[in-house]
Amino acid sequence: MVSKGSEPSQGGGPLAEDRPARISSETRAKIEAEMENFPVKRGALLNALYLVQSETGYISQELAKELAGIFDIQPADVLGVVSFYNMFYEKPQGRHHVHVCTNLSCSLRGGRTLLRELEEHLGVGPGETTSDGRVTLGHEECLGACAYAPMMRVDETYHEDLDLEQAKKILDELE
Amino acid sequence: MLTVPYVTNYLTEHFGDDAFATVDGYVARGGYAAARKAITEMSPDQVIELVKGSGLQGRGGAGFNAGLKWSFMPKKTDLPKFLVCNADESEPGSFKDRILIERGPQQLIEGLLIGAWATGSEKTFIYIRGEYAYPAKCMQAAIDEAYQKGYLGNDVMGTGFRHDVVVQRGAGAYICGEETGLLESLEGKRGQPRKKPPFPAQYGAFGMPSTVNNVETFSHVPHIIKHGSDWFRQFGTEKSPGTTIFGVSGHVVRPGLFELPLGTTLEEIVFEHARGVPDGRKVKGVIPGGVSMPILPAGMLDVPMANEFMQERQTMIGTGGVMVMDEATCMVRVACVISYFFRDESCGQCTQCREGTGWMNKIIERIERGAGSMEDIDVLGDIAGKVEGATICAFADAAAWPVQGLLRHFRSDFEQHVTLGKCPFPESFEL
Repeated sequence: MVSKGSEPSQGGGPLAEDRPARISSETRAKIEAEMENFPVKRGALLNALYLVQSETGYISQELAKELAGIFDIQPADVLGVVSFYNMFYEKPQGRHHVHVCTNLSCSLRGGRTLLRELEEHLGVGPGETTSDGRVTLGHEECLGACAYAPMMRVDETYHEDLDLEQAKKILDELE
Repeated sequence: MLTVPYVTNYLTEHFGDDAFATVDGYVARGGYAAARKAITEMSPDQVIELVKGSGLQGRGGAGFNAGLKWSFMPKKTDLPKFLVCNADESEPGSFKDRILIERGPQQLIEGLLIGAWATGSEKTFIYIRGEYAYPAKCMQAAIDEAYQKGYLGNDVMGTGFRHDVVVQRGAGAYICGEETGLLESLEGKRGQPRKKPPFPAQYGAFGMPSTVNNVETFSHVPHIIKHGSDWFRQFGTEKSPGTTIFGVSGHVVRPGLFELPLGTTLEEIVFEHARGVPDGRKVKGVIPGGVSMPILPAGMLDVPMANEFMQERQTMIGTGGVMVMDEATCMVRVACVISYFFRDESCGQCTQCREGTGWMNKIIERIERGAGSMEDIDVLGDIAGKVEGATICAFADAAAWPVQGLLRHFRSDFEQHVTLGKCPFPESFEL
């Protein structure tokens, strides 16, 4: 039981077919506008990664190279940033990200039980993606919703004070 | 849904009112008068002296005097100066900055303006943790409105003072709550903390003089300017003035946020405000201020929540995130959760931290499985003592302190696992 989920989740799964593999000209323009907010353009790199990832689903080696060109830095610098932060992905992900908080306040109120039961419900292991590419399910380390435990984040939305039935319903309704 | 605080004071008084988040609603409740007063009637030095004299301690965890921190900013320099607002709120058990942003963003902007005036900063970067997508949206909307109505930009409130505010979203790394890790991340890099000195006031965001303060710290400032330091000192203790927002979670009847004076006892917070443990069970232990703060056992909850008293019990108020554990809780499982978190979040720069957090986690998990030895318990304490204070930033301390606290007050929980060869707390939460 103790070792369960104790390896950092890696995600993984099929790439949704409709994701572009290149940075669009609109996104590139948005990135260039973001650069204006910072004394040096690299300040906009995290924002740029969010913008690109929202289009492509993850940051491939090719996309890192393209971004490196925009920022005048090495692709390894971009990949170094991608690998450092939990919210950037190096591999294809499900269409929806579901993260159940498993830090102490949530664990005390059943967060890990909820995660285990949702894994069983979807038929996935820790950090895995459903075979239809719909959902990547993982744990997260404290989402700042400690009084409303247990809770999960679905893409950018928090669902708090959950019970299992509510949580299953939320997952089942994802497209 | 994020509920407004159950107990309010000056900071959260209007948080039940949606209009308070808008410029007009905020102004109608006396907002922006303090920033106007500071910019038009006070010199930057006068503002710094007033805030210093109020005794306002940083509310992000370290508790450093905010006015004193502002005074470190160089006065004679041609370099641009920056303020940085730390809204990373990554310490598990903490969720107060979120409500300060969602319900009181104009109050925060006013605090930033006063801080900017005092330190001569031309721009503020608000660094919000990546998971806080909704708070980031609320913050951006409030900033956009403040620009539109002349409370930010080239001519703030017609005073000629210029200030810009930019939101930077983090991307899921605990270490970016550490101020120099945050600065690296703000610059678009891996969030690995810097060696200090130089401190941010000399070499901060983008290499420029910078001051980093927590969301709550800035939010107190307008009230201090408006009412004075004597007024502020009527709340709290002599050494720790003002109120703070305690966030209570875990095994309590009424988890939530409570704005109370510093120095309120932990007992009052847990039993009166959060209404104690459900179903008549007893408290076993309480973590007073986020997972990195050493735990206190049930018999020590009469301590006032102010650092001068907490230090006597070998802990600190940290972020004010109070986590309550009932009598059925296995403290080795608690150690498993916390040590895994620090192992996962170590940035990997310093050997003691990178290796030490992993070793501690492995030993604790071994003990929980029933496969540990008495020697393991000693080794665990030894590692915690050796990573503490040995690294570039305070992360290793934050990883060591909870382990030391658990061993100090609940060593018998660890010993029982070894003696029995299994976890003796079947009713405890699932790992």
